[in-house]
Amino acid sequence: MDIFQTVVAKASGITADSALASVFSARADLMELTENSHEASLRPKSPGGLSHAERAGLACRMAKLNNDSALVTHYESLFGDGSQSLADTSFDGGSDARLKAIIRHTDLITTKPKEAAAGDVLALQSVGMNDPDIVRLSQLIAFLSYQIRVVHSLRLMAEVA
Amino acid sequence: MSEILKEFTTVVPFWEPRVKPVVLAEATPEQLEAMKVTVSDTKIGNYTLVLALDPETLQQRTPLFNGIMFHHGGLSRAETEFGAVAASVVNECIYCAAVHANRYNQLTKDESVMDLIFADRKDANLDDRQKSMLNFSTKLSQSPLEADKADVERMVENGLGLDEIFDLTLSTSIFAWANRLMHILGEPHPQP
Repeated sequence: MDIFQTVVAKASGITADSALASVFSARADLMELTENSHEASLRPKSPGGLSHAERAGLACRMAKLNNDSALVTHYESLFGDGSQSLADTSFDGGSDARLKAIIRHTDLITTKPKEAAAGDVLALQSVGMNDPDIVRLSQLIAFLSYQIRVVHSLRLMAEVA
Repeated sequence: MSEILKEFTTVVPFWEPRVKPVVLAEATPEQLEAMKVTVSDTKIGNYTLVLALDPETLQQRTPLFNGIMFHHGGLSRAETEFGAVAASVVNECIYCAAVHANRYNQLTKDESVMDLIFADRKDANLDDRQKSMLNFSTKLSQSPLEADKADVERMVENGLGLDEIFDLTLSTSIFAWANRLMHILGEPHPQP
């Protein structure tokens, strides 16, 4: 894998010619696993009850909640049917109880994870989400929270390097 | 069931899942494969059995997590744990904070740093190097955009290399991830 072609490298602007290239390359194994985690979170072979299009839409929504325009653009490139509405931060799911619960959960855990309580998992279960899908959604939210921070910090480091 | 723990502690709690973990005897080959790469080879905990409900992400996440926490070179093991604790304090993930404060204390044989962070959080009165790390990890954890160039420069001025800052970034960020699993999919209780 060319680590300079990964989502993290491209979103943060790190190239093989960057002053940060050697620091970035020293953790090449971790950057490869980060890219593999992106694939497993966004385009898994077994998506369960959370489609690739829904995942791309939610990922884009989370990038917007963190004001990361490079990642917003990246996730827009993965859009499929239904992604657009999920990525609209003013859309709350409307009359679709399942989407409403997914969006509420995604927004809460992305921005205020410490406020999570037992009722938040129950709320997902009550709209018919099974436990594997709740874990899939949790991993997607958690991965984005990781990726957004790594990308932002690399940009700051590049300013100092 | 006992009360959910709300206060920071270095005594590792019992983690009670809110979803039904995989039953080991019924695990699919893919789930077994994903769980196999876990470092803990003595017994498979509830946390791993919960994450095995989505084996594809677990398969990648376990080596990533272990690689970040047990890397070679760069930031010391103890200061890598420091990043994990800083994130877990912001996110109030009592379980993660306990596990990693405990490891920090074992590695450094000094409980005062974690005591100060648990009591005063971002305002903990540490030495200048650790203050600059706590400042950065706290901001990155709260909302990434709060961290800016000056926060990175402050760490450089206090002797951190960019390789170390990258490692601190990774340990802080992998706990943005871990906290959003542990604190959501289960809850901490006193050990029975």
